Amino acid sequence: MPPRSEGPEVVPISGDDDVVRVRQLVRTYAQQTKLSLVDQTKLVTAASELARNTLIYGGGGFARVEEVSDGRRAGVRASFHDEGPGIPDLTLALADGWSSGSGLGLGLSGARRLVDEFELDTEVGRGTVVTVVKWKR
Amino acid sequence: MERVPILKIGGVLLVSIQIDLHDQSVLALQEDLAEKISATGAHGVIIDISAVEIVDSFIGRMFATIASISRLFDADTVVVGMRPAVAITLVELGLTLGGVRTALDLERGMKILGQLGRGRDA
Repeated sequence: MPPRSEGPEVVPISGDDDVVRVRQLVRTYAQQTKLSLVDQTKLVTAASELARNTLIYGGGGFARVEEVSDGRRAGVRASFHDEGPGIPDLTLALADGWSSGSGLGLGLSGARRLVDEFELDTEVGRGTVVTVVKWKR
Repeated sequence: MERVPILKIGGVLLVSIQIDLHDQSVLALQEDLAEKISATGAHGVIIDISAVEIVDSFIGRMFATIASISRLFDADTVVVGMRPAVAITLVELGLTLGGVRTALDLERGMKILGQLGRGRDA
């Protein structure tokens, strides 16, 4: 990873307020990176879904936000970490309309559609890390 | 937690969301609105989201829930002022907001409530 101008920032996710805080932090990074307004909105919306997942399904955790570069373009990377129960069936969890909670089942699948890169690392009983990246066009 | 104020203009309740919505504020708004419609007999609800920067699935579902609750009190709901970036994001997220009436701005929202036949005293 090449050097970046902004170091990563970490926000704990343990309540409602933190979901709002994550949204605001991601928006700050998205603006700094000069993503278009639509891309900012998509990334912040995805972050909101994922932060809520971390809170509700993961039992809390933290988010990490940073500016990244692949050498040609800048982007924003946000990752969401929890030590919750993990996701036993990924295919199911990523399917539209599937939900283990009270949601609409759009959280994971919807968030994936809103970003350029989406990575899900989960282990039953150990926790889940979801990492997303949005690149500047 | 901040509460979203509900204004009454004639027979219409106006909710203008000016804060970054917490999930708890969203739930409180649903309850406050149900109380207020029931207490005032309002026939219409307008939710102005022109200041709202993002609508995720939780907030989107609130609109549908409020519309359904209002319907039980014989009131219509119109969501107005959605930002273009929010609209694009909602569609991509997969949230269609089926059953929720929308209008470009407050003025058109009021007109729609009027056309529904019960907005004359609005």
